Amino acid sequence: MKHADEPGYTNDIDCYIKYGGYDELKKAVTMKPEDICAEVMESGVRGRGGAGFPAGMKWKFLDRKSGKPIYLVCNADESEPGTFKDRQIIHKDPHQLIEGMMISAFAIQAELAFIYIRGEFFQGYRILERAIEEAREKNLLGDNILGSGYSCDIIVHRGAGAYICGEETGLIESLEGNRANPRIKPPYFPAALGLYQCPTIVNNVETLCDVKHIIGMGGKEFAQIGTPGNTGTRTWCVSGHVMKPGYYEFACADITLGELIYDVCGGLRPGRKLKAVIPGGSSAKVLRGDERFTGKLKDGTEFDWGIEDIPMDFDSLMAAGSMSGSGGVIIMDDSTDIVEALANINYFYAHESCGQCTPCREGVPWMRKITQRMVDGEAREEDADLLNNIADQIAGRTICAFGEAASWPVQSFIAKFKDEFVEKAREQAARRKEGKAAAKETTLI
Amino acid sequence: MSENATSDLITINIDGKDVEVPKGINVIEAVKMAGKGKEVPHYCYHPKLSIAGNCRMCLVEMGMPMRDRATGEAVLDENGSQKVGWMPKPTIGCATNAAPGMHIKTGSPMVKESRNGVTEFLLINHPLDCPICDQAGECRLQEFSAEHGRGYSRFIEEKNVKPKRTRLGPRVTLDDERCILCSRCVRFSKEVADDDVLGFVDRGTYSTLTCYPGKELENNYSLNTVDICPVGALTSTDFRFKMRVWFLKRTNSICTESSVGSNTEIWSREGKIYRVTPRRNDAVNDTWMTDSGRALYKEVESEDRLTHYTIGGVHKTADEVAAGAVELLQQGDVAIVGSAHSSVEEQFYYKSIADSSGAKVSLVSHYAEGDGLLQSEDRTPNLRGALMTGLIDQLPDADLGSLARDIDSGAIKTLLVVNEDVAALGIAPDLLAKIKVIYVGTQTNDTAKDADLVIPSLMVFEKDGSFINQSFRLQKFKSAVPGPAGIQPDVMVLEKIAASLSGEQPAAVNLDQLWQRIATKIDAVPEAQTWRGIPDEGLALEPGTLVDLSFVETKNLKYDPVAFKEAQAAPAGA
Amino acid sequence: MNLKPETIEKIDKLVPRYPTKRSSALPLCHLVQEDQGYLSNEAMEWIAERLELEPINIKEIVTFYPMLRTEPTGKYHVRVCRTLPCALAGAYKTCQRLEKELDVKVGHTREDGLVTLEFVECHADCGRAPVVMVGEEEYTDIDPDKAAEMAAKMKSGELSNGLPH
Repeated sequence: MKHADEPGYTNDIDCYIKYGGYDELKKAVTMKPEDICAEVMESGVRGRGGAGFPAGMKWKFLDRKSGKPIYLVCNADESEPGTFKDRQIIHKDPHQLIEGMMISAFAIQAELAFIYIRGEFFQGYRILERAIEEAREKNLLGDNILGSGYSCDIIVHRGAGAYICGEETGLIESLEGNRANPRIKPPYFPAALGLYQCPTIVNNVETLCDVKHIIGMGGKEFAQIGTPGNTGTRTWCVSGHVMKPGYYEFACADITLGELIYDVCGGLRPGRKLKAVIPGGSSAKVLRGDERFTGKLKDGTEFDWGIEDIPMDFDSLMAAGSMSGSGGVIIMDDSTDIVEALANINYFYAHESCGQCTPCREGVPWMRKITQRMVDGEAREEDADLLNNIADQIAGRTICAFGEAASWPVQSFIAKFKDEFVEKAREQAARRKEGKAAAKETTLI
Repeated sequence: MSENATSDLITINIDGKDVEVPKGINVIEAVKMAGKGKEVPHYCYHPKLSIAGNCRMCLVEMGMPMRDRATGEAVLDENGSQKVGWMPKPTIGCATNAAPGMHIKTGSPMVKESRNGVTEFLLINHPLDCPICDQAGECRLQEFSAEHGRGYSRFIEEKNVKPKRTRLGPRVTLDDERCILCSRCVRFSKEVADDDVLGFVDRGTYSTLTCYPGKELENNYSLNTVDICPVGALTSTDFRFKMRVWFLKRTNSICTESSVGSNTEIWSREGKIYRVTPRRNDAVNDTWMTDSGRALYKEVESEDRLTHYTIGGVHKTADEVAAGAVELLQQGDVAIVGSAHSSVEEQFYYKSIADSSGAKVSLVSHYAEGDGLLQSEDRTPNLRGALMTGLIDQLPDADLGSLARDIDSGAIKTLLVVNEDVAALGIAPDLLAKIKVIYVGTQTNDTAKDADLVIPSLMVFEKDGSFINQSFRLQKFKSAVPGPAGIQPDVMVLEKIAASLSGEQPAAVNLDQLWQRIATKIDAVPEAQTWRGIPDEGLALEPGTLVDLSFVETKNLKYDPVAFKEAQAAPAGA
Repeated sequence: MNLKPETIEKIDKLVPRYPTKRSSALPLCHLVQEDQGYLSNEAMEWIAERLELEPINIKEIVTFYPMLRTEPTGKYHVRVCRTLPCALAGAYKTCQRLEKELDVKVGHTREDGLVTLEFVECHADCGRAPVVMVGEEEYTDIDPDKAAEMAAKMKSGELSNGLPH
């Protein structure tokens, strides 16, 4: 992301090439596809869409022997609440994505590539279309790229407002023209049976851009950035109750959560204390501001952190009981009504459920109805346990990870802030007794 | 059987016991095979449809034998047997295919909790319709709630409201609130009926099953969606509110709509039929049948049933009419118009009568366009029965022109007509008036009205018998309801006639004994075959030279004439 | 079905690019919606026929995606993000202000057809919350006062309706 915000940097191809753009693609088409895959594997780059799965391993699982055409799909359906990094790349530096995609397409020998962009990025769509035409004119895309004999086109496919299209098999279904119902895995792993039942690789925008940098500097170099298992840089998107919300790119583990909030983002609003942080988009488990995190890391070292001490990378956040997810850091200070915040999140997931499988379709709206009832003034003390139990019944039983994404907020909010849920019920009961309206005016739902 | 199953057997472990199952079979079928009454509950899985995996009710705990990641060596426990690596999350049985060494737990706490959870989720928005819902008594949601449900409700919110009791098609009523979105009906319409007319609109918990406005579920297989709907969302409009299913008696029968011979079940109570549903037969009709075939049961109560034995219009007893028939037949110059609707047993008797009286036999063909599924071009159930009993040796014509000429020339004095309106098939009424007519049939028509002797026939629902279908499969049917009062099964009357004609004493008819005689007559039937011994799924017979006749059936769901012929040419086991 | 010739041209160019006809169903819905303002039954049937599909296949996807609408909107299609980061920044207050200034309830179109006000889910620009979209234009950092300004501009017709011409 280093150039995107430099003054004078424009998103057309001439500016991109002036800064050394497409040099990596020129290098890549002279390499053997398997060597590119080896570089990506060596780099250890992990998916930046949310799951954090190593891209090199995903490419390894690709079924290259089936005889069916291979497809590359870029997941530009950025819809995880709190995340807004792909938007920047698409709008400000689209050629970085296109170059990353063409290198990746060459590496997996894709026949055709797609960018699935969310429908609300109207401008982003036009920018990408123009960028693709610019690249095609310079023979960097399309037929016989740079004389290499390899041809691959990119189709930009617009979504229409469904968060579930960010799930890779939901995206594939949507691309095929169906309702975006995710597929059961097994047997429909995209690497074997993906788009049109052909081997498909689906990667996030930022991950594909990283491929370009990996080829530029070499997989080994890339792996030096960050820490083992957490290589490369990540763009953290901070929103919520901070003075300077925005997107900030750092090497993995180069910065702690505290430094991010207080040094980079200007800290909290005056007079406020940190109450809660959701570090990886609303699907990630919430962390309490005054919590102590202890345990052992993967390499055996013990840790004992306050929330400000958590290094921002994949493994540390997971060790602290949450995840880095899509990198959307949502900060909540002590003005936040936690029950309302959860009600807001539950409404989102209830709205976005595709409705295919029973636990998610019925369970998630049930949780929404409960939190809505709670903020409307009819909370009961047992609702917290009921919510937790429902979430336990959803997680792990669904077709796709949406089940977990909807359950984890509920489970973590109840685990960390149960007292607030119980207190709300008591408070409302007390107000009713006094003859006052039980519900107070809400701000978050 | 799942499509992936092969005939190789592998060993898997279900609840601690090793079982041998075909490789690749899914876990639901494997557990069923393991027997002992164990069942993996499921809603969306259907053996004849693609796998959806969305109800999540068939969740089971699965484990594979542990191997060391680096060396590939088996990891052993302290007893020396290979450890099993159990998956932390349950997996759906319908989409998990058996692999050697797989371990399945169908009753562990994780599984019980999963089922509990799914059942609770299905019930929270489900309307409390059991008292007025037709599915009660055969509702999977009822059964599994009783077995795997929590037993009490924790839901105090408002349930979703969706369209209720809407007309989805001319024969199907839809209640969207009851729908559990298993998608069986959508998959059936697309994959089997080839009529992609159903779909889900809206999203999430508001997803609703519907047709496009202006279109309906009106194809001739629409009622199969009612059969496979696990709850009372899709119900038969004809059957609506008529009878509780636990009062109904179930009888095996065969559909007479066409030579497909779909296996059916007749649901009746105290002599009245309430509905007909398909019976599973993987060789004939899978689990499906046509809507038009189901509707045939209504003819049982039609106004124009023949209800009395008559001679010259006067009511007589069966014995009297049989004697009268024998008298006419003994005079010679007899022709018989047989029927491909008659059972094999009846056709055997007609052949015997034809032989004794030197009669020439013709049948009439009833051909129409086939639909490539379960309605073949031959709209009679037992043409091959007529061929195999020797009643005829060629395929029939569409009308009786040559017979009419014979009558006209005076060569025929007595005509025995079985269930055909010959007046409409080329034998003019004035021609009929010249001769004596014995009419055997179920309903009245112009021929029956003027017949000299009338012998009412029972319909397939009212008698025992068998048919031979398009692939030469012998299938039996049992009587479900009694016929019109005082009317005997056809074979009893025919025994009286045939025996007298061949100079014997008529005996009481026992189908098993009758089959001893039939078995000697038809080569393809095993010597010791009894009627009772015909399996419920039928018995495939060797067609012999009959396979070379130009039957009209083209490829349909379970029958491919080309492949069938080739299979006969290749010797068994080759 | 009278679509503009440019739309037909775009459709004819787009459909063959995809390996299957059905894949172009969603893009076609976008193009027809941009042309007509919404997707009527006639539009869905036209798309189905063009792609050799059943009308129910199109209706299934049109009702699945919130951006595809089966009814026309007002002149200004105003969408306020309600998801957590924007809510923390005060999106609900922003929406209440818009309701008041524009005299329309959220989720409805004003009687005279001037404006349709809706809540929508995360627009992926949470760093500049609260986010409001009008047509295809995005407006960021819209606190209640800025919302009132926007409302005034809508009433006076000054604000662009955010649709391409």
